[in-house]
Amino acid sequence: MSTSATTTPSGTARRRWWGRQPIGSLLALPYVVFVVAVFAYPLGFAVWIAFHDYFFTAPGVEVPKPFVGLDNFAAVLTDPQVLDAFRNIGVFLVINVPLTVVLSMVLATALDRGVRWAAAYRVAFYVPYLTASVSLVGVWLLLFSSRGLVNTVLGPLAPDPSWLVSSSLAMPTIALYVTWKQLGFYILLYLAALQNVPRELHESAETDGANAWQRFWAVTVPGVRTTTVLVLVLAIITGANLFTEPYLLTNGGGPDGASVTPVLLIYQRGIQQQNPDTAAAIGLLLVVVVGLLSLAANRITRER
Amino acid sequence: MRRRRPPWLRYLLLTLAAVVFAFPFWFMIVGAFQESPTNTPGQLLPTSGWTLGNFTAIDSRLDLVGSLLNSLIFTLGVLLGTVTFGLLAGYALARLDFRGRGATWVLMLLVQMVPFQLLMIPLYVQVTRGFGLGDTYLGMILPFAINTTAVFIFTQFFRALPAEIFEAARIDGASELRIVRAIAVPLVRPALTTVVLITFIGPWNEFLWPFLITKDATLQPLAVSLANYISNVAQSTANPNGAILAGATALAFPVVILFILFQRYFTASDLGSAVKG
Repeated sequence: MSTSATTTPSGTARRRWWGRQPIGSLLALPYVVFVVAVFAYPLGFAVWIAFHDYFFTAPGVEVPKPFVGLDNFAAVLTDPQVLDAFRNIGVFLVINVPLTVVLSMVLATALDRGVRWAAAYRVAFYVPYLTASVSLVGVWLLLFSSRGLVNTVLGPLAPDPSWLVSSSLAMPTIALYVTWKQLGFYILLYLAALQNVPRELHESAETDGANAWQRFWAVTVPGVRTTTVLVLVLAIITGANLFTEPYLLTNGGGPDGASVTPVLLIYQRGIQQQNPDTAAAIGLLLVVVVGLLSLAANRITRER
Repeated sequence: MRRRRPPWLRYLLLTLAAVVFAFPFWFMIVGAFQESPTNTPGQLLPTSGWTLGNFTAIDSRLDLVGSLLNSLIFTLGVLLGTVTFGLLAGYALARLDFRGRGATWVLMLLVQMVPFQLLMIPLYVQVTRGFGLGDTYLGMILPFAINTTAVFIFTQFFRALPAEIFEAARIDGASELRIVRAIAVPLVRPALTTVVLITFIGPWNEFLWPFLITKDATLQPLAVSLANYISNVAQSTANPNGAILAGATALAFPVVILFILFQRYFTASDLGSAVKG
Protein backbone atom coordinates (compact mmCIF):
# COMPACT_ATOMS: atom_id res chain seq x y z
CA MET A 1 0.00 0.00 0.00
CA SER A 2 3.05 2.30 -0.05
CA THR A 3 3.08 5.08 -2.62
CA SER A 4 6.40 4.00 -4.13
CA ALA A 5 5.02 0.56 -4.99
CA THR A 6 2.38 2.10 -7.21
CA THR A 7 4.90 4.05 -9.29
CA THR A 8 7.54 1.42 -10.09
CA PRO A 9 6.85 -0.97 -12.99
CA SER A 10 6.88 -4.03 -10.74
CA GLY A 11 4.45 -2.22 -8.42
CA THR A 12 2.07 -1.65 -11.31
CA ALA A 13 2.26 -5.31 -12.24
CA ARG A 14 1.66 -6.35 -8.68
CA ARG A 15 -1.27 -3.98 -8.44
CA ARG A 16 -2.72 -5.36 -11.62
CA TRP A 17 -2.48 -8.90 -10.25
CA TRP A 18 -3.74 -8.30 -6.70
CA GLY A 19 -6.01 -5.33 -7.45
CA ARG A 20 -5.84 -1.86 -5.93
CA GLN A 21 -7.08 -2.96 -2.48
CA PRO A 22 -5.75 -6.50 -2.02
CA ILE A 23 -7.11 -6.48 1.54
CA GLY A 24 -10.52 -7.09 -0.04
CA SER A 25 -9.56 -10.74 -0.48
CA LEU A 26 -9.03 -10.96 3.26
CA LEU A 27 -12.40 -9.37 4.05
CA ALA A 28 -14.24 -11.68 1.65
CA LEU A 29 -12.28 -14.75 2.74
CA PRO A 30 -14.58 -15.95 5.57
CA TYR A 31 -17.55 -15.90 3.23
CA VAL A 32 -15.65 -17.72 0.47
CA VAL A 33 -14.45 -20.38 2.92
CA PHE A 34 -18.02 -20.77 4.17
CA VAL A 35 -19.41 -21.22 0.65
CA VAL A 36 -16.76 -23.75 -0.27
CA ALA A 37 -17.22 -25.75 2.95
CA VAL A 38 -21.01 -25.69 3.07
CA PHE A 39 -22.02 -25.56 -0.62
CA ALA A 40 -19.25 -26.42 -3.10
CA TYR A 41 -17.69 -29.32 -1.23
CA PRO A 42 -20.99 -31.02 -0.25
CA LEU A 43 -22.21 -30.57 -3.83
CA GLY A 44 -19.19 -32.42 -5.17
CA PHE A 45 -19.51 -34.95 -2.36
CA ALA A 46 -23.18 -35.56 -3.28
CA VAL A 47 -22.17 -36.41 -6.86
CA TRP A 48 -19.34 -38.65 -5.61
CA ILE A 49 -21.65 -40.54 -3.22
CA ALA A 50 -24.21 -41.08 -5.97
CA PHE A 51 -21.64 -42.90 -8.13
CA HIS A 52 -20.21 -45.07 -5.35
CA ASP A 53 -21.38 -47.86 -3.12
CA TYR A 54 -21.42 -45.58 -0.08
CA PHE A 55 -22.46 -46.63 3.39
CA PHE A 56 -21.99 -45.43 6.95
CA THR A 57 -19.26 -47.08 9.00
CA ALA A 58 -18.18 -46.78 12.58
CA PRO A 59 -15.94 -43.74 13.02
CA GLY A 60 -12.34 -44.41 12.06
CA VAL A 61 -13.08 -47.63 10.20
CA GLU A 62 -11.92 -47.45 6.58
CA VAL A 63 -13.87 -49.72 4.29
CA PRO A 64 -13.55 -49.49 0.51
CA LYS A 65 -16.48 -47.75 -1.14
CA PRO A 66 -16.18 -48.91 -4.76
CA PHE A 67 -17.17 -46.92 -7.84
CA VAL A 68 -20.39 -48.41 -9.19
CA GLY A 69 -21.10 -46.18 -12.17
CA LEU A 70 -24.80 -45.71 -12.76
CA ASP A 71 -25.93 -48.58 -10.51
CA ASN A 72 -27.50 -46.28 -7.92
CA PHE A 73 -29.41 -44.43 -10.62
CA ALA A 74 -30.60 -47.71 -12.14
CA ALA A 75 -31.80 -48.85 -8.72
CA VAL A 76 -33.60 -45.57 -8.13
CA LEU A 77 -35.23 -45.42 -11.56
CA THR A 78 -36.64 -48.93 -11.28
CA ASP A 79 -37.94 -48.36 -7.75
CA PRO A 80 -41.74 -47.93 -7.91
CA GLN A 81 -41.74 -45.85 -4.73
CA VAL A 82 -39.32 -43.35 -6.25
CA LEU A 83 -41.38 -43.14 -9.44
CA ASP A 84 -44.50 -42.58 -7.31
CA ALA A 85 -42.77 -39.78 -5.45
CA PHE A 86 -41.98 -38.00 -8.72
CA ARG A 87 -45.55 -38.59 -9.92
CA ASN A 88 -46.84 -37.05 -6.67
CA ILE A 89 -44.70 -33.99 -7.31
CA GLY A 90 -46.28 -33.86 -10.77
CA VAL A 91 -49.78 -33.82 -9.22
CA PHE A 92 -48.64 -31.13 -6.83
CA LEU A 93 -47.20 -28.90 -9.56
CA VAL A 94 -50.22 -29.24 -11.84
CA ILE A 95 -52.40 -27.82 -9.06
CA ASN A 96 -50.00 -25.46 -7.33
CA VAL A 97 -48.27 -23.70 -10.23
CA PRO A 98 -51.30 -22.43 -12.22
CA LEU A 99 -53.12 -21.43 -9.02
CA THR A 100 -50.06 -19.56 -7.79
CA VAL A 101 -49.46 -17.65 -11.02
CA VAL A 102 -53.10 -16.69 -11.60
CA LEU A 103 -54.00 -15.78 -8.02
CA SER A 104 -50.82 -13.83 -7.29
CA MET A 105 -51.06 -11.87 -10.56
CA VAL A 106 -54.75 -11.05 -10.01
CA LEU A 107 -54.33 -10.05 -6.36
CA ALA A 108 -51.25 -7.96 -7.11
CA THR A 109 -53.16 -6.15 -9.88
CA ALA A 110 -56.06 -5.54 -7.49
CA LEU A 111 -53.64 -4.21 -4.87
CA ASP A 112 -51.69 -2.00 -7.29
CA ARG A 113 -51.96 1.80 -7.10
CA GLY A 114 -54.37 3.82 -5.08
CA VAL A 115 -55.94 1.15 -2.93
CA ARG A 116 -56.91 2.19 0.56
CA TRP A 117 -55.49 0.13 3.44
CA ALA A 118 -52.91 -1.30 1.00
CA ALA A 119 -50.40 -1.84 3.82
CA ALA A 120 -52.93 -3.82 5.88
CA TYR A 121 -53.81 -6.02 2.92
CA ARG A 122 -50.13 -6.62 2.21
CA VAL A 123 -49.48 -7.68 5.78
CA ALA A 124 -52.42 -10.10 5.70
CA PHE A 125 -51.16 -11.56 2.42
CA TYR A 126 -47.61 -12.25 3.38
CA VAL A 127 -47.75 -13.12 7.02
CA PRO A 128 -48.27 -16.82 6.14
CA TYR A 129 -45.11 -16.70 4.02
CA LEU A 130 -43.07 -15.44 6.98
CA THR A 131 -44.44 -17.90 9.52
CA ALA A 132 -42.86 -21.25 10.31
CA SER A 133 -44.42 -24.04 8.30
CA VAL A 134 -44.49 -26.24 11.42
CA SER A 135 -46.87 -23.75 13.09
CA LEU A 136 -49.19 -23.43 10.14
CA VAL A 137 -49.20 -27.15 9.44
CA GLY A 138 -50.42 -27.60 13.03
CA VAL A 139 -53.36 -25.30 12.28
CA TRP A 140 -54.21 -26.93 8.94
CA LEU A 141 -54.07 -30.36 10.55
CA LEU A 142 -56.90 -29.36 12.86
CA LEU A 143 -58.85 -27.44 10.22
CA PHE A 144 -58.76 -30.32 7.73
CA SER A 145 -59.05 -33.27 10.10
CA SER A 146 -62.01 -35.63 9.73
CA ARG A 147 -64.03 -33.76 12.32
CA GLY A 148 -62.36 -30.42 11.78
CA LEU A 149 -63.86 -27.05 11.05
CA VAL A 150 -63.73 -27.41 7.25
CA ASN A 151 -65.74 -30.62 7.29
CA THR A 152 -68.22 -29.23 9.82
CA VAL A 153 -68.88 -26.32 7.48
CA LEU A 154 -69.16 -28.59 4.44
CA GLY A 155 -71.55 -30.89 6.30
CA PRO A 156 -72.80 -33.61 3.96
CA LEU A 157 -70.40 -32.37 1.24
CA ALA A 158 -67.36 -33.30 3.35
CA PRO A 159 -65.17 -35.81 1.52
CA ASP A 160 -64.98 -39.33 2.88
CA PRO A 161 -62.27 -40.41 3.59
CA SER A 162 -61.32 -36.94 4.75
CA TRP A 163 -58.79 -34.61 3.08
CA LEU A 164 -55.52 -35.75 4.61
CA VAL A 165 -56.31 -39.45 4.83
CA SER A 166 -57.67 -39.85 1.31
CA SER A 167 -55.15 -41.07 -1.24
CA SER A 168 -56.71 -38.94 -3.98
CA LEU A 169 -57.02 -35.75 -1.90
CA ALA A 170 -53.84 -35.81 0.23
CA MET A 171 -51.54 -34.34 -2.43
CA PRO A 172 -54.10 -31.75 -3.65
CA THR A 173 -54.62 -30.61 -0.05
CA ILE A 174 -50.87 -30.18 0.36
CA ALA A 175 -50.78 -28.25 -2.93
CA LEU A 176 -53.54 -25.99 -1.63
CA TYR A 177 -51.69 -25.44 1.63
CA VAL A 178 -48.42 -24.52 -0.11
CA THR A 179 -50.24 -22.19 -2.53
CA TRP A 180 -51.82 -20.43 0.44
CA LYS A 181 -48.55 -20.21 2.38
CA GLN A 182 -46.36 -18.92 -0.45
CA LEU A 183 -48.82 -16.71 -2.33
CA GLY A 184 -48.04 -13.49 -0.45
CA PHE A 185 -44.42 -13.67 -1.51
CA TYR A 186 -45.36 -13.99 -5.19
CA ILE A 187 -47.86 -11.14 -4.82
CA LEU A 188 -44.95 -9.00 -3.62
CA LEU A 189 -42.86 -9.97 -6.64
CA TYR A 190 -45.72 -9.03 -8.98
CA LEU A 191 -46.38 -5.78 -7.10
CA ALA A 192 -42.76 -4.78 -7.67
CA ALA A 193 -43.03 -5.73 -11.36
CA LEU A 194 -46.24 -3.74 -11.81
CA GLN A 195 -44.40 -0.57 -10.76
CA ASN A 196 -42.39 -0.92 -13.96
CA VAL A 197 -45.37 -1.23 -16.32
CA PRO A 198 -45.69 2.26 -17.87
CA ARG A 199 -48.88 4.04 -16.81
CA GLU A 200 -49.21 5.47 -20.36
CA LEU A 201 -49.76 1.99 -21.79
CA HIS A 202 -52.83 1.56 -19.61
CA GLU A 203 -54.07 5.03 -20.47
CA SER A 204 -53.67 4.66 -24.21
CA ALA A 205 -55.37 1.25 -24.10
CA GLU A 206 -58.20 2.86 -22.18
CA THR A 207 -58.47 5.63 -24.76
CA ASP A 208 -58.69 2.94 -27.44
CA GLY A 209 -61.74 1.59 -25.62
CA ALA A 210 -60.24 -1.47 -23.96
CA ASN A 211 -62.10 -2.60 -20.86
CA ALA A 212 -60.38 -3.61 -17.63
CA TRP A 213 -60.22 -7.28 -18.62
CA GLN A 214 -58.74 -6.50 -22.06
CA ARG A 215 -56.21 -4.16 -20.49
CA PHE A 216 -55.20 -6.85 -18.03
CA TRP A 217 -54.50 -9.26 -20.90
CA ALA A 218 -52.94 -6.80 -23.32
CA VAL A 219 -50.91 -4.62 -20.95
CA THR A 220 -50.44 -6.18 -17.53
CA VAL A 221 -49.76 -9.81 -18.45
CA PRO A 222 -47.09 -9.07 -21.09
CA GLY A 223 -45.68 -6.28 -18.91
CA VAL A 224 -44.81 -8.63 -16.05
CA ARG A 225 -43.61 -11.53 -18.23
CA THR A 226 -40.10 -11.75 -16.75
CA THR A 227 -41.60 -11.93 -13.25
CA THR A 228 -43.93 -14.69 -14.40
CA VAL A 229 -40.88 -16.73 -15.48
CA LEU A 230 -39.32 -16.14 -12.06
CA VAL A 231 -42.54 -17.07 -10.26
CA LEU A 232 -42.87 -20.26 -12.32
CA VAL A 233 -39.29 -21.31 -11.62
CA LEU A 234 -39.51 -20.53 -7.89
CA ALA A 235 -42.85 -22.34 -7.58
CA ILE A 236 -41.38 -25.40 -9.31
CA ILE A 237 -38.32 -25.38 -7.04
CA THR A 238 -40.45 -24.99 -3.90
CA GLY A 239 -42.80 -27.75 -5.01
CA ALA A 240 -40.02 -30.15 -5.88
CA ASN A 241 -38.44 -29.70 -2.46
CA LEU A 242 -41.46 -30.48 -0.28
CA PHE A 243 -40.57 -32.12 2.99
CA THR A 244 -42.16 -30.57 6.07
CA GLU A 245 -45.71 -30.69 4.66
CA PRO A 246 -45.91 -34.38 3.73
CA TYR A 247 -43.88 -35.28 6.82
CA LEU A 248 -46.32 -33.60 9.22
CA LEU A 249 -49.63 -33.01 7.40
CA THR A 250 -50.00 -36.53 6.04
CA ASN A 251 -47.92 -38.27 8.67
CA GLY A 252 -44.89 -39.12 6.54
CA GLY A 253 -46.28 -39.23 3.02
CA GLY A 254 -49.45 -41.19 3.70
CA PRO A 255 -51.98 -42.54 3.12
CA ASP A 256 -50.19 -45.49 1.57
CA GLY A 257 -47.46 -43.37 0.03
CA ALA A 258 -49.93 -41.13 -1.82
CA SER A 259 -48.10 -38.00 -0.73
CA VAL A 260 -44.50 -39.25 -0.58
CA THR A 261 -42.11 -36.74 -2.11
CA PRO A 262 -38.53 -37.17 -3.35
CA VAL A 263 -37.06 -35.21 -0.44
CA LEU A 264 -39.02 -37.31 2.04
CA LEU A 265 -37.54 -40.38 0.36
CA ILE A 266 -34.05 -38.86 0.53
CA TYR A 267 -34.54 -38.54 4.29
CA GLN A 268 -36.00 -42.03 4.72
CA ARG A 269 -33.45 -43.78 2.49
CA GLY A 270 -30.39 -41.75 3.36
CA ILE A 271 -30.74 -41.20 7.06
CA GLN A 272 -33.36 -43.57 8.46
CA GLN A 273 -32.38 -46.61 6.38
CA GLN A 274 -28.70 -45.59 6.04
CA ASN A 275 -28.43 -45.76 2.26
CA PRO A 276 -26.85 -42.41 1.43
CA ASP A 277 -25.84 -43.55 -2.05
CA THR A 278 -29.36 -44.10 -3.39
CA ALA A 279 -30.52 -41.02 -1.50
CA ALA A 280 -27.86 -38.93 -3.26
CA ALA A 281 -28.93 -40.40 -6.59
CA ILE A 282 -32.54 -39.34 -5.91
CA GLY A 283 -31.25 -35.86 -5.08
CA LEU A 284 -29.35 -35.53 -8.36
CA LEU A 285 -32.31 -36.87 -10.30
CA LEU A 286 -34.51 -34.27 -8.61
CA VAL A 287 -32.14 -31.46 -9.58
CA VAL A 288 -32.16 -32.63 -13.21
CA VAL A 289 -35.98 -32.80 -13.26
CA VAL A 290 -36.28 -29.34 -11.69
CA GLY A 291 -33.76 -27.96 -14.18
CA LEU A 292 -35.68 -29.37 -17.14
CA LEU A 293 -39.04 -28.11 -15.82
CA SER A 294 -37.59 -24.65 -15.24
CA LEU A 295 -36.19 -24.55 -18.76
CA ALA A 296 -39.56 -25.62 -20.14
CA ALA A 297 -41.34 -22.94 -18.09
CA ASN A 298 -38.91 -20.37 -19.41
CA ARG A 299 -39.42 -21.47 -23.02
CA ILE A 300 -43.24 -21.55 -22.83
CA THR A 301 -43.49 -18.13 -21.23
CA ARG A 302 -41.11 -16.58 -23.71
CA GLU A 303 -42.85 -17.81 -26.86
CA ARG A 304 -46.17 -16.19 -26.09
CA MET B 1 -66.78 10.19 -19.52
CA ARG B 2 -64.77 7.02 -19.08
CA ARG B 3 -66.57 4.14 -17.52
CA ARG B 4 -64.65 2.41 -14.76
CA ARG B 5 -65.11 -0.95 -13.17
CA PRO B 6 -66.80 -0.32 -9.81
CA PRO B 7 -64.12 -0.19 -7.10
CA TRP B 8 -66.16 -2.27 -4.66
CA LEU B 9 -65.36 -5.36 -6.71
CA ARG B 10 -61.68 -4.78 -6.12
CA TYR B 11 -62.19 -4.31 -2.39
CA LEU B 12 -64.42 -7.35 -2.19
CA LEU B 13 -61.72 -9.47 -3.82
CA LEU B 14 -58.95 -8.08 -1.61
CA THR B 15 -60.98 -8.42 1.58
CA LEU B 16 -62.02 -11.96 0.76
CA ALA B 17 -58.38 -12.88 0.12
CA ALA B 18 -57.24 -11.16 3.30
CA VAL B 19 -59.78 -13.16 5.33
CA VAL B 20 -58.59 -16.42 3.77
CA PHE B 21 -54.98 -15.54 4.59
CA ALA B 22 -55.61 -14.30 8.11
CA PHE B 23 -58.26 -16.76 9.24
CA PRO B 24 -55.91 -19.62 10.23
CA PHE B 25 -54.02 -17.15 12.43
CA TRP B 26 -57.25 -16.18 14.15
CA PHE B 27 -58.11 -19.84 14.60
CA MET B 28 -54.62 -20.49 15.98
CA ILE B 29 -54.57 -17.74 18.57
CA VAL B 30 -58.16 -18.22 19.72
CA GLY B 31 -57.68 -21.98 19.96
CA ALA B 32 -54.45 -21.55 21.90
CA PHE B 33 -56.33 -19.76 24.70
CA GLN B 34 -59.46 -21.91 24.70
CA GLU B 35 -60.12 -24.98 26.78
CA SER B 36 -60.82 -26.95 23.63
CA PRO B 37 -60.38 -25.50 20.12
CA THR B 38 -63.64 -25.45 18.25
CA ASN B 39 -64.66 -27.22 15.10
CA THR B 40 -67.88 -25.33 14.58
CA PRO B 41 -68.02 -21.88 12.99
CA GLY B 42 -70.47 -20.62 15.61
CA GLN B 43 -67.79 -20.72 18.30
CA LEU B 44 -65.09 -18.75 16.49
CA LEU B 45 -65.84 -15.71 18.64
CA PRO B 46 -65.86 -17.31 22.08
CA THR B 47 -66.93 -15.31 25.10
CA SER B 48 -65.89 -17.77 27.76
CA GLY B 49 -63.60 -20.70 28.39
CA TRP B 50 -60.37 -18.69 28.22
CA THR B 51 -57.37 -20.47 29.72
CA LEU B 52 -53.59 -20.62 29.74
CA GLY B 53 -53.80 -24.38 30.29
CA ASN B 54 -52.72 -25.21 26.75
CA PHE B 55 -49.40 -23.49 27.28
CA THR B 56 -48.72 -25.37 30.50
CA ALA B 57 -49.84 -28.59 28.76
CA ILE B 58 -47.37 -28.21 25.88
CA ASP B 59 -44.69 -26.97 28.26
CA SER B 60 -44.97 -30.17 30.29
CA ARG B 61 -44.26 -32.23 27.16
CA LEU B 62 -41.53 -30.32 25.37
CA ASP B 63 -40.10 -27.62 27.68
CA LEU B 64 -41.47 -24.59 25.85
CA VAL B 65 -39.02 -22.09 27.34
CA GLY B 66 -36.02 -24.34 26.68
CA SER B 67 -37.11 -24.88 23.07
CA LEU B 68 -37.64 -21.17 22.52
CA LEU B 69 -34.21 -20.55 24.00
CA ASN B 70 -32.69 -23.09 21.59
CA SER B 71 -34.45 -21.38 18.67
CA LEU B 72 -33.04 -18.08 19.90
CA ILE B 73 -29.46 -19.40 20.25
CA PHE B 74 -29.64 -20.94 16.76
CA THR B 75 -31.01 -17.69 15.32
CA LEU B 76 -28.56 -15.42 17.16
CA GLY B 77 -25.63 -17.56 16.03
CA VAL B 78 -26.70 -17.16 12.41
CA LEU B 79 -27.27 -13.42 12.90
CA LEU B 80 -23.82 -12.98 14.42
CA GLY B 81 -22.09 -14.80 11.57
CA THR B 82 -24.14 -13.01 8.94
CA VAL B 83 -23.73 -9.52 10.33
CA THR B 84 -19.95 -9.72 10.88
CA PHE B 85 -18.72 -11.77 7.94
CA GLY B 86 -21.54 -10.79 5.59
CA LEU B 87 -20.86 -7.11 6.17
CA LEU B 88 -17.14 -7.51 5.48
CA ALA B 89 -17.76 -9.52 2.31
CA GLY B 90 -20.47 -7.12 1.11
CA TYR B 91 -18.23 -4.11 1.67
CA ALA B 92 -15.30 -5.74 -0.13
CA LEU B 93 -17.46 -6.76 -3.09
CA ALA B 94 -18.98 -3.31 -3.42
CA ARG B 95 -16.08 -0.99 -2.74
CA LEU B 96 -12.72 -2.74 -3.07
CA ASP B 97 -10.78 -3.82 -6.11
CA PHE B 98 -9.11 -7.14 -5.40
CA ARG B 99 -8.13 -10.40 -7.05
CA GLY B 100 -11.03 -12.86 -6.99
CA ARG B 101 -13.79 -10.29 -6.65
CA GLY B 102 -15.53 -11.42 -9.84
CA ALA B 103 -15.19 -15.09 -8.85
CA THR B 104 -16.70 -14.39 -5.42
CA TRP B 105 -19.65 -12.64 -7.04
CA VAL B 106 -20.27 -15.60 -9.37
CA LEU B 107 -19.99 -17.97 -6.40
CA MET B 108 -22.71 -16.00 -4.64
CA LEU B 109 -25.08 -16.32 -7.58
CA LEU B 110 -24.41 -20.07 -7.77
CA VAL B 111 -25.13 -20.52 -4.05
CA GLN B 112 -28.62 -19.09 -4.62
CA MET B 113 -29.31 -21.86 -7.11
CA VAL B 114 -28.29 -24.92 -5.07
CA PRO B 115 -31.28 -26.38 -3.25
CA PHE B 116 -30.51 -27.21 0.36
CA GLN B 117 -32.29 -30.54 0.02
CA LEU B 118 -29.64 -31.78 -2.40
CA LEU B 119 -26.93 -30.96 0.11
CA MET B 120 -28.80 -32.60 2.96
CA ILE B 121 -27.09 -36.01 2.78
CA PRO B 122 -23.50 -34.87 2.22
CA LEU B 123 -23.84 -32.10 4.82
CA TYR B 124 -25.26 -34.56 7.30
CA VAL B 125 -22.32 -36.92 6.73
CA GLN B 126 -19.83 -34.05 6.88
CA VAL B 127 -21.21 -32.30 9.97
CA THR B 128 -22.09 -35.32 12.11
CA ARG B 129 -19.29 -37.68 11.05
CA GLY B 130 -16.59 -35.45 9.59
CA PHE B 131 -16.73 -32.60 12.12
CA GLY B 132 -18.42 -34.52 14.94
CA LEU B 133 -20.90 -31.68 15.44
CA GLY B 134 -24.10 -33.72 15.71
CA ASP B 135 -26.23 -32.52 18.65
CA THR B 136 -24.41 -29.21 19.02
CA TYR B 137 -25.47 -25.61 18.44
CA LEU B 138 -22.47 -25.11 16.20
CA GLY B 139 -23.54 -27.95 13.90
CA MET B 140 -27.01 -26.45 13.75
CA ILE B 141 -25.70 -22.98 12.88
CA LEU B 142 -22.91 -23.96 10.47
CA PRO B 143 -24.84 -24.43 7.17
CA PHE B 144 -26.66 -21.12 7.73
CA ALA B 145 -23.77 -19.19 9.28
CA ILE B 146 -23.57 -16.50 6.58
CA ASN B 147 -26.81 -15.67 4.81
CA THR B 148 -26.02 -15.04 1.13
CA THR B 149 -29.05 -12.80 0.72
CA ALA B 150 -27.65 -10.59 3.45
CA VAL B 151 -24.32 -10.36 1.64
CA PHE B 152 -26.29 -9.24 -1.42
CA ILE B 153 -28.14 -6.58 0.56
CA PHE B 154 -24.90 -5.28 2.11
CA THR B 155 -23.24 -5.19 -1.32
CA GLN B 156 -26.11 -3.24 -2.89
CA PHE B 157 -26.16 -0.86 0.06
CA PHE B 158 -22.45 -0.04 -0.11
CA ARG B 159 -22.66 0.31 -3.89
CA ALA B 160 -25.35 2.92 -3.54
CA LEU B 161 -23.20 5.11 -1.25
CA PRO B 162 -21.25 7.89 -3.00
CA ALA B 163 -17.71 6.74 -3.88
CA GLU B 164 -16.28 10.07 -2.68
CA ILE B 165 -16.79 9.15 0.98
CA PHE B 166 -14.31 6.31 0.67
CA GLU B 167 -11.95 8.11 -1.73
CA ALA B 168 -11.67 11.09 0.60
CA ALA B 169 -10.68 8.85 3.50
CA ARG B 170 -8.08 7.15 1.31
CA ILE B 171 -6.59 10.46 0.24
CA ASP B 172 -6.39 11.48 3.89
CA GLY B 173 -4.25 8.40 4.37
CA ALA B 174 -6.66 6.16 6.25
CA SER B 175 -5.80 2.48 6.00
CA GLU B 176 -8.37 0.19 4.42
CA LEU B 177 -9.15 -1.48 7.76
CA ARG B 178 -9.68 1.90 9.33
CA ILE B 179 -12.09 2.85 6.55
CA VAL B 180 -14.11 -0.28 7.31
CA ARG B 181 -14.16 0.47 11.02
CA ALA B 182 -14.66 4.23 10.95
CA ILE B 183 -16.82 4.69 7.83
CA ALA B 184 -18.44 1.51 6.52
CA VAL B 185 -19.66 0.07 9.83
CA PRO B 186 -21.23 3.28 11.18
CA LEU B 187 -22.99 3.97 7.86
CA VAL B 188 -24.53 0.53 7.52
CA ARG B 189 -27.36 0.90 10.05
CA PRO B 190 -30.29 1.23 7.59
CA ALA B 191 -29.25 -1.95 5.77
CA LEU B 192 -28.65 -3.69 9.07
CA THR B 193 -32.34 -3.65 10.06
CA THR B 194 -33.38 -5.28 6.81
CA VAL B 195 -30.60 -7.84 7.07
CA VAL B 196 -31.46 -8.77 10.65
CA LEU B 197 -35.17 -9.19 9.88
CA ILE B 198 -34.58 -11.28 6.77
CA THR B 199 -31.91 -13.41 8.37
CA PHE B 200 -34.03 -13.94 11.48
CA ILE B 201 -36.87 -15.78 9.76
CA GLY B 202 -34.55 -18.37 8.16
CA PRO B 203 -33.19 -20.20 11.22
CA TRP B 204 -36.19 -19.35 13.42
CA ASN B 205 -38.54 -21.18 11.04
CA GLU B 206 -36.09 -23.86 9.88
CA PHE B 207 -37.21 -27.41 10.51
CA LEU B 208 -35.37 -29.89 8.29
CA TRP B 209 -31.73 -29.26 9.24
CA PRO B 210 -32.02 -29.02 13.06
CA PHE B 211 -34.42 -31.97 12.87
CA LEU B 212 -31.72 -34.04 11.14
CA ILE B 213 -28.85 -33.29 13.46
CA THR B 214 -30.45 -33.04 16.91
CA LYS B 215 -31.41 -36.27 18.60
CA ASP B 216 -31.04 -34.71 22.03
CA ALA B 217 -34.40 -33.15 22.95
CA THR B 218 -32.81 -30.56 25.22
CA LEU B 219 -31.07 -29.03 22.20
CA GLN B 220 -34.01 -28.92 19.82
CA PRO B 221 -35.38 -25.60 18.62
CA LEU B 222 -39.14 -25.11 18.97
CA ALA B 223 -39.86 -25.90 15.29
CA VAL B 224 -38.36 -29.36 15.82
CA SER B 225 -39.82 -30.15 19.23
CA LEU B 226 -43.28 -28.96 18.16
CA ALA B 227 -43.07 -31.11 15.02
CA ASN B 228 -42.09 -34.10 17.16
CA TYR B 229 -45.00 -33.39 19.46
CA ILE B 230 -47.41 -33.21 16.49
CA SER B 231 -46.15 -36.40 14.85
CA ASN B 232 -45.46 -38.58 17.90
CA VAL B 233 -46.82 -37.41 21.20
CA ALA B 234 -50.14 -35.93 20.11
CA GLN B 235 -51.69 -39.28 19.21
CA SER B 236 -51.21 -40.61 22.72
CA THR B 237 -52.62 -37.50 24.38
CA ALA B 238 -56.29 -37.13 25.25
CA ASN B 239 -56.83 -33.58 24.00
CA PRO B 240 -53.73 -32.47 22.08
CA ASN B 241 -55.36 -29.81 19.89
CA GLY B 242 -55.16 -26.90 22.28
CA ALA B 243 -51.55 -27.77 23.11
CA ILE B 244 -50.63 -27.92 19.40
CA LEU B 245 -52.12 -24.48 18.83
CA ALA B 246 -50.36 -23.08 21.91
CA GLY B 247 -47.02 -24.37 20.57
CA ALA B 248 -47.82 -23.04 17.11
CA THR B 249 -48.61 -19.62 18.58
CA ALA B 250 -45.36 -19.52 20.54
CA LEU B 251 -43.40 -20.35 17.38
CA ALA B 252 -45.29 -18.06 15.00
CA PHE B 253 -45.87 -14.87 16.93
CA PRO B 254 -42.32 -13.66 17.56
CA VAL B 255 -41.86 -13.44 13.77
CA VAL B 256 -45.33 -12.01 13.12
CA ILE B 257 -44.82 -9.28 15.72
CA LEU B 258 -41.30 -8.43 14.54
CA PHE B 259 -42.57 -8.22 11.01
CA ILE B 260 -45.56 -6.00 11.77
CA LEU B 261 -43.36 -3.66 13.80
CA PHE B 262 -40.71 -3.36 11.12
CA GLN B 263 -42.70 -4.02 7.98
CA ARG B 264 -41.47 -0.94 6.14
CA TYR B 265 -38.01 -2.50 6.06
CA PHE B 266 -39.24 -5.43 4.00
CA THR B 267 -39.34 -4.86 0.27
CA ALA B 268 -40.13 -7.18 -2.56
CA SER B 269 -36.57 -7.41 -3.84
CA ASP B 270 -35.20 -8.23 -0.40
CA LEU B 271 -37.73 -10.97 0.12
CA GLY B 272 -37.13 -12.10 -3.44
CA SER B 273 -33.59 -13.03 -2.75
CA ALA B 274 -34.51 -14.36 0.69
CA VAL B 275 -36.24 -17.37 -0.80
CA LYS B 276 -33.15 -19.41 -0.50
CA GLY B 277 -32.33 -17.77 2.88
